[in-house]
Amino acid sequence: MQLPPALHSRLVGAPGAAKPLPVERDPAAGTPPFHFAARRVRFPRDHEFFEDGDVQRHLYLQDVLTQVTGTPERPRVPEFTCQVAGCCQVFDTLESYEHHYHTLHRNVCSFCRRAFPSVHLLDTHILEWHDSLFQILSERQDMYQCLVEGCAEKFKTSKDRKDHLVRRHLYPADFRFDKPKKSRGPATPGATVQVSSEALGDDGEQSGGDAMEVCSEHAAPLPEAVGERWTYSHRIPSTICFGQGVSRGFKSTKKRKEHQ
Amino acid sequence: MWSGRQSRLKPVGCVVEELRCRRREREAALRKARREQQLISKRLLRDDVLVEAEGGCVAMILGEAEIQQFLQLAQRGTEEKERERALVSLRRGLQHPETQRTFIWLEGSMRTLVGLLTSNQALLQLEAARCLHELSHSEQSAVAEACLPATSYLLTYLSGHSSDFIELCLYTLGNLIVESEAVRRQLLPQGIVPALAACIQSPHLTVLEALGYALSQLLQAKEAPEMIVPSVLGSTLPQNILRLLQPGPKLNLGVAVEFAWCLHYIICSQVNNALLISHGGLSTLGMLLLDVAGAVQRTEDAGLELLACPVLRCLSNLLTEAAVEVMGGPNQLEDERVVVALFILLQFFLQKQPSLLPEGLWLLNNLTANSPCFCTSLLSMDLIEPLLQLLPVSNVVSVLVLTVLCNVAEKGPAYCQHLWPGPLLPCLMGTLASSDTEVVGQSLELLQLLFLYRPEVSFGPGTPVLRPLVSPWPLAFLSYSHFSGPGKPVWTPGQNFQLLVGKALFEIEVG
Repeated sequence: MQLPPALHSRLVGAPGAAKPLPVERDPAAGTPPFHFAARRVRFPRDHEFFEDGDVQRHLYLQDVLTQVTGTPERPRVPEFTCQVAGCCQVFDTLESYEHHYHTLHRNVCSFCRRAFPSVHLLDTHILEWHDSLFQILSERQDMYQCLVEGCAEKFKTSKDRKDHLVRRHLYPADFRFDKPKKSRGPATPGATVQVSSEALGDDGEQSGGDAMEVCSEHAAPLPEAVGERWTYSHRIPSTICFGQGVSRGFKSTKKRKEHQ
Repeated sequence: MWSGRQSRLKPVGCVVEELRCRRREREAALRKARREQQLISKRLLRDDVLVEAEGGCVAMILGEAEIQQFLQLAQRGTEEKERERALVSLRRGLQHPETQRTFIWLEGSMRTLVGLLTSNQALLQLEAARCLHELSHSEQSAVAEACLPATSYLLTYLSGHSSDFIELCLYTLGNLIVESEAVRRQLLPQGIVPALAACIQSPHLTVLEALGYALSQLLQAKEAPEMIVPSVLGSTLPQNILRLLQPGPKLNLGVAVEFAWCLHYIICSQVNNALLISHGGLSTLGMLLLDVAGAVQRTEDAGLELLACPVLRCLSNLLTEAAVEVMGGPNQLEDERVVVALFILLQFFLQKQPSLLPEGLWLLNNLTANSPCFCTSLLSMDLIEPLLQLLPVSNVVSVLVLTVLCNVAEKGPAYCQHLWPGPLLPCLMGTLASSDTEVVGQSLELLQLLFLYRPEVSFGPGTPVLRPLVSPWPLAFLSYSHFSGPGKPVWTPGQNFQLLVGKALFEIEVG
């Protein structure tokens, strides 16, 4: 197909429309047996006119090997440690470090050091767990916000919110990021056992922690941690999963004192 | 400028011919699926780096005991590397459909996997997500539906920050979405549309491409026009999609392809296209078309037709909206460079993807039908002859070319003056002799218009004069009559032919 040479330069030229030639229709045009009428045509999604293009689209989707391009090289680097205070995790690729950082250190509550998958959940947590004004207000009005982004519903209690999440949004009843705030108090033996068994993941439950929190990773072996835990149990609520939390040691206690 | 996609073919021992053969088979299977309205395709994000590191292992079938062993190790192993390795082994096994089936039927397996997905160990989380991704790629509906317990978490993680993880979640969601209506029925109330709307603000191209994929799968659903498109249109997604389709140095081909298809599914659902027009959809798409044509001129990138196709469709369907009909209004598309771009693309299609020619010509029809401006452009830029060069391609293409020519001719003598005399006549002689009745019919329509508006032109010997006849007998059949021999008519001077097309009988007198 030969295109006029001037066409290519017209493409990069200025926008503009041709001055239209005068239109002069004869009523005899389109009279039977002729029936042409200029008209725009639209096609719905399933029309067979689209078959070829749709098939090409799907071949593209299936053809991953030819499409996965320049995936950023993940070079191995000399081992390095996470720089966050108290975290000793070691990495040999930047990608694994990035994910670790975002999971455990990015959206961290400065009051209780719990980590959350998103800013939204962190904000909700701080509001509901650490804001005394919230407690007061919630006695008078519905303050517990639905966790689903885009849903503006508010509830009197966190239980009501959970019911809403399950019924209206089809969330699982044991949604990990919506555990109610447990009362603070001295650790009970039961709680201890529960916590350490959770850390071990014995009972097949979701491993590693409780109540809208994610522990910081640390390679300290378990027995030491339990011993550590007993030392501070009268200060730290039983709901905190220790397991390995060096960040819950001296530094965090100090910080919590500041906020209390 | 354009970060184009490079082909990285990995034949893995296959010969080129075998590949072509497999592709033809896949194409046939897709056509069949489309006719049955079962068109499902998934994207598998198998990290090239991982595959290489693992020495390109073939998927192994794992039995119940092995799966259980790996899960236990992953959950309760003491050493982190050991737990990770267990999940890697599980993932490799899950590449095989047999293992997938065994996995979903094993009690507590999904629960454990979801537990690992939501655990506090970042690398285990990633590996668990990869396992889930393998499962989502399965062709068995049961496997996809078994992943339902994970969806609320996948959605939650979309508002996180780890781009690789989000990308993985998005591809997994996209695969699950397309597989079963049950999954979509759960994802919609779980808030997938707002989650995607929030995620589209991400600056990461990989995330955006994955998001476009997931959204396109959602919009492709059968129930989309009623259940999904309205809420998508009600969110901030349309403006952001158009933003991501703005031509310029930041435009990425992979991202643009996905969102162009999203836009196509939205538009052809005919829910509220006026909204898209009010967001500047027409001008964005027009500019994008110019950009694609420019890229086509500069490079040999074979992937550009993947973007050109949905953009053409979007433009073409949008042009049929009432909001566009207002002449001289703000929503008019009047820049003649759009026509230029279209012709450059038609030439490109002719070389690379002839099956897309009808769609390109459909856009040309919609541009020229009610627009004296664009018809004039065709004439002033000498585009009639290139158009005629497309006639031999196929009957469908012929009909469309003739229709566009009719669009020009029906506007009156000033237009026909530029069409006749010229190369048009010999071409029409050819199309009149076609065995396809639609081609012949459209040729006759064009001839009639030309004779009507250019009666003073005298014809040389051999030129036909067309006269419609009113026949005394009912014309209920299609046939040719009075030919000098079998097959197509031969136009010899001194002979008259009767041509019957549909219910119209014509006499053609050859001077």
